[in-house]
Amino acid sequence: MSEWIYVALFIAVGLIIPIGAIAAGFILGPKKPNPIKEATYECGVEPVGEAWIQFKPQYYIFALVFLVFDVEAVFLFPWAVKLGQLGLYAVVEGIIFVSILIIGLVYTWRKGMLEWL
Amino acid sequence: MSFWNDPLKVAADWLEGVFMGWGMDSVFAHVLVAFLGVFLLIALLMVLDIFLVWIERKVVARFQDRLGPNRVGPYGLIQPFADIIKLIIKEDTTPGNADKVVYNLAPILSMMSVLILWAIVPLAPVMLGTDLNVGVLFLIAAGAIGTLSIIMAGWSSNNKFALIGGFRQVAVMVSFEVPMLTMLLIPVIFSGSMNMNAIIQDQDIWYFLISPLGALIFLIAAIAELGRAPFDLAEGESELVSGFNIEYSGMKFGMFYAGELLHAFTFGGFWSILFFGGYRFFGLEQVSPFLAILILIIKAMLGYWVIMWVKYTMMRIRIDQMLSFNWKFLTPLSFVLLLVTALMNALLASAPTWLYIVGMILANVVTGWAALEIARSATRQERERVEGPKQAAEVSH
Amino acid sequence: MTGAQIIFIVVALYTLGSALMVVTTRNLIHAALWLVSTLFGVAVTYALMNANFIAVVQVVVYIGAIAILFIFAVMLTRKDMRDSGPQMNKNWWLGALVAVLVFAGLAFMLSGWSGFSKVAADLPSGFDSVSLLGEALVSPQAYVLPFEVASVLLLAALVGAVYVAFNRK
Repeated sequence: MSEWIYVALFIAVGLIIPIGAIAAGFILGPKKPNPIKEATYECGVEPVGEAWIQFKPQYYIFALVFLVFDVEAVFLFPWAVKLGQLGLYAVVEGIIFVSILIIGLVYTWRKGMLEWL
Repeated sequence: MSFWNDPLKVAADWLEGVFMGWGMDSVFAHVLVAFLGVFLLIALLMVLDIFLVWIERKVVARFQDRLGPNRVGPYGLIQPFADIIKLIIKEDTTPGNADKVVYNLAPILSMMSVLILWAIVPLAPVMLGTDLNVGVLFLIAAGAIGTLSIIMAGWSSNNKFALIGGFRQVAVMVSFEVPMLTMLLIPVIFSGSMNMNAIIQDQDIWYFLISPLGALIFLIAAIAELGRAPFDLAEGESELVSGFNIEYSGMKFGMFYAGELLHAFTFGGFWSILFFGGYRFFGLEQVSPFLAILILIIKAMLGYWVIMWVKYTMMRIRIDQMLSFNWKFLTPLSFVLLLVTALMNALLASAPTWLYIVGMILANVVTGWAALEIARSATRQERERVEGPKQAAEVSH
Repeated sequence: MTGAQIIFIVVALYTLGSALMVVTTRNLIHAALWLVSTLFGVAVTYALMNANFIAVVQVVVYIGAIAILFIFAVMLTRKDMRDSGPQMNKNWWLGALVAVLVFAGLAFMLSGWSGFSKVAADLPSGFDSVSLLGEALVSPQAYVLPFEVASVLLLAALVGAVYVAFNRK
């Protein structure tokens, strides 16, 4: 657990320094807001409509595919740590594990879900 | 134990003695010393970060046959300080429609996600920072926070460009995290540990020599993770103006900018740690920790220079090209390379060193060549399908 | 009370507070960000239990992938991300009852366990949990079958996701 105390210190200092820098900017900089200045930037013309709108579903699909492979890689880390001492049969198990997922990737590909439409 | 051999421990012991002499609890004194150490390291990193601005501008100028900053101070060295003063005294505008809390939190989290990466960087054999036994995954975990900060910035600005930029950046980051995770497995397989220091200690032969393709794929994935050209479609100056950080000004923009530079330098460092032996250089690191730190910084700078070289040579690619490149080429290739590496590593486990190295290099070269050939024939078929066989033949001649 | 206990109580309160914000915030993106904060609190709890690997995986998978997926889903499905309907429906008392019952059941079950009121002992030095996990995942006497089945499960998840997304178009 003592390692995590260091990580916690890094998180604390990593928050303090940017907060300090931004606070310094806030204190030293001028503050003269007006509605024109606070308007949303849209290449110099009046903003049209809302920015918080619905988005392309493609982003969601890629995130979904990513999630599966993320979990898979996490499973492989303990396997990789022990691989050097376990020999060939562990390698074969890993090959089976990854191959099953490659089937999934091929299926996704064939179904055309990896295309950006 | 002299200062020359282990400066950190000597200084820490001395400080702890001083604090306990003031009547502090020993645990509290220990934590306070650790806090001061972390603060010192991060403060030094921020100073380095200031010079990285100068280095980046100078290097890009040379790549583009310009002079770069050369007016303020010798070789323009004072220029970044002038920039910082300007950023600090600039008015900090917040768009009226923005989600204020999330908007202000995003640059802080962005910088923090880069700074905590240094918790796992082994600077020298005796300066380990945090000797975490899951260091490799910590790298990805910090990246997850960075991803989050970008989507927060993109969404909270309430700006169309920012939102598109944020979405794109997240799509790039989540896509290229798959090859990156897979390539992180390769040093783990070789060293049998996820600890950064153990990975360095195991590199009597640089992992670059036994897995050159792995190092290359890691670099590509790292560049994508950094959001630099050719994967800088989140910023895309020519289409999105500035992307996810478009509404930020003053020091908040400065945090994104400084964070990006430090992130690139940090990934140069991780590239050298994972594939080029980190602080090790023919036993020089044993002479003094100061020398070890110097070696690490030089290697990290070289890695950073390669990242800059790629950035100022390549053009930006479209998001569909980027996703195709990742999911249809890099991801399958990295899985195949992982399996080939694991298999060869097991088969050659008892072979002599030279045979092991030659075998690994051959395996890498064959895998890379086969992947390129498959990709080439696939693109040729695609081109013929789109343009018709006749025109494609003309193009190839 | 030891330092570890104080840290645990602070982290637990932080996690619970964030979880409460998830269900009470009206803005869906804010709710998703509070969820990230909750998941981070859970990761810290794992770290307090010396479960380094699980703690980091919690951040990588839950914050790096699932939370991002949530945010994407919210942005993709809702035109306006500010929820305007009532936050409670008719069955709120049923939900509260189930929550209380689950909590009581868990507390009752755990109170019979000898380690319930003890502080976790430090792991023996040289104890490498990741390495042991790796060995357990591939050895035929232990969990090699669940390990491979996990792959099939992930495949099923991928195929299912693709199927659902494909049919909607």
